[in-house]
Amino acid sequence: MTGPTETRADTQPTAKPPAARQSPEARRKGRVEAAKPALGLGLRIRRNWQLYAMLALPLIWLAIFAYWPMYGVIIAFKDYNVVSGIWGSPWVGMKYFERFVESYQFWRLIKNTVFLHVYELVATFPLPIILALCLNTVRKKWFSRSAQLITYAPHFISTVVVVGLVVVLTNPNTGVANKVIGLFGFGPVDFLGDAGLFRHIYVWSGAWQTMGFAAIIYLAALTSVPPELHEAAIVDGASRLRRMWHIDLPAIVPVAVILLILNIGSILSVGFEKVLLMQNNLNLDTAEVIDTYVYKIGLASAVPQFSYATAIGLFRSVIGLVLLVLANTFARRFAKSSLW
Amino acid sequence: MSTTEMNLAPDDRRLGTGAPIQDTRSDKIAVACIYTALGLFCLAILYPIVYVASASVSNTSKVAAGEVWLWPVGFTLDAYKAIFDYKSIVTGFGNSVFYAVAGALVATVLTLLAAYPLSRKGLPGKGLIMAAFVFTMMFSGGLIPTYLVVDQLGLLNTRWAMILPAALAVWNVIITRTYFMVTIPEELVEAGKVDGCSDFGFFWRIVLPLSKPIIAVNLLFYAVGQWNSFFNALIYLTNEHLFPLQVILRQILIQSKVDPSQMADTSKLMHLKELQEQLKYSLIVIGMIPPLLVYPFVQKHFVKGAMVGSLKG
Repeated sequence: MTGPTETRADTQPTAKPPAARQSPEARRKGRVEAAKPALGLGLRIRRNWQLYAMLALPLIWLAIFAYWPMYGVIIAFKDYNVVSGIWGSPWVGMKYFERFVESYQFWRLIKNTVFLHVYELVATFPLPIILALCLNTVRKKWFSRSAQLITYAPHFISTVVVVGLVVVLTNPNTGVANKVIGLFGFGPVDFLGDAGLFRHIYVWSGAWQTMGFAAIIYLAALTSVPPELHEAAIVDGASRLRRMWHIDLPAIVPVAVILLILNIGSILSVGFEKVLLMQNNLNLDTAEVIDTYVYKIGLASAVPQFSYATAIGLFRSVIGLVLLVLANTFARRFAKSSLW
Repeated sequence: MSTTEMNLAPDDRRLGTGAPIQDTRSDKIAVACIYTALGLFCLAILYPIVYVASASVSNTSKVAAGEVWLWPVGFTLDAYKAIFDYKSIVTGFGNSVFYAVAGALVATVLTLLAAYPLSRKGLPGKGLIMAAFVFTMMFSGGLIPTYLVVDQLGLLNTRWAMILPAALAVWNVIITRTYFMVTIPEELVEAGKVDGCSDFGFFWRIVLPLSKPIIAVNLLFYAVGQWNSFFNALIYLTNEHLFPLQVILRQILIQSKVDPSQMADTSKLMHLKELQEQLKYSLIVIGMIPPLLVYPFVQKHFVKGAMVGSLKG
């Protein structure tokens, strides 16, 4: 199907005698320049109508599933009821935000969310970087390929299954984790039933799942390091570790900064599905975070409080957006690498 | 598969020190350490997976007594037979396959349709449209307003609720768009135009055949995403005939709920407790296997995709 069109496209310029005398570069340039500025905006839009037609479906999707909910956010400032709908419900101003900030849940939710996220960030952010640096020094193709194959695997396992794995492996009666600590003479521990252990289990099972796949983007950044740099450094007598530190690491930094900015922007939205799955009545003290609370009072409760839940969600989103902008400004000033 | 990988660490320490290039002594030690660390890390990744796979084909009482460490003890396939006795697992599996296939197709088509025009130079309004997409990554309406939209569209408790809200990921649009910008040179577009090729024709006959890797990556990511998603089902579906496998997995694995009415053979009710233990390991394997079977085929495109995607443009 492609064959004929492609060859025709290739031979086309030679078919035009006047253009054929110029160099190919000049010909191409001349055509592009001649085509663009001559056209008015209206004509350019009409010329491209097929491209807009292609965009129509995605844009409709975006309007319905991304921007319509943003309009729906106004119920945070209203007393929403199903009968009157979003627009007809009465305005109540900041009532629900005040209620949230004054509620006894407020500081507990903020503390749990921030602690969990910061712990996760500090503990797991450097791991994919180290992994990528190590994989990059491996010269044996088969080794690096199978190491990547293995470390990517958990990324493709669902959150439900990962939490299921944790449940099964840490079961106080039958789990293998308890058998291991039993060998050292410790009694069975109900890992998931202990509020003090929740954060550790959450963070380290997350590291198990995500660090391999997260290394990909750093591996990609490392492919841009010119081999001459390494060769020159070897001639100068730099050891392997020194080269990792002075050549490979700087190549990764810009990417790392961008990922860090994104991470800080999502500080109030931890891996919500996983937290919800790992929660039980025993660990709720540390395991209740903003998003799970929104879900519980908004959808899971017998008397759903749509407006209150939306207000809490909006509170979280706005803080996230502000943090993202701050982190970006900071990074642009000090690290010379930023999202925008 | 696991046997060869189990042996990685010791083998490699040998290979690492015998590396061909003139490494100094301290370099050799460093390389050996790196290989060992990577090998141990791979073992740590694999162990839980291998353990559960072994436990799923072991005798239940041996597992409970802690006799299984790595390899199966008292080989039996009872746990897998138990799955067929439990109706909702079978329907859940079928539903998940449907959601993964249909969801991946719809989402990939939408992503390609969005990414191609946005990759073209000089399309009026392109910057604005791109900004509209990217903004949704930074700010969203949130859980409740999205739920209300799905409710108002009448999608609650239909299969569409699983497919439509998840039908586009902006991140994939960005990666796909960058791929187009890198692989479809402007000259090719111009040549097509001179040739009288319409945008539709060019997209269909030139762009798509050149984009097989990115189409494969999109299909994989969306299919795996659908297969693994459980939260949309949790909030949008109450009809258990529509439940995907992940929801059933959650009930049995995490909430330890086994519903006797789901059992085809009521004479097995006696063994409910036993059945539940058996189900746990085999279910983890069943839930994990489809994505793990698919991703190696697309693996080679990952680093390249990330490289292309990280170019700003």
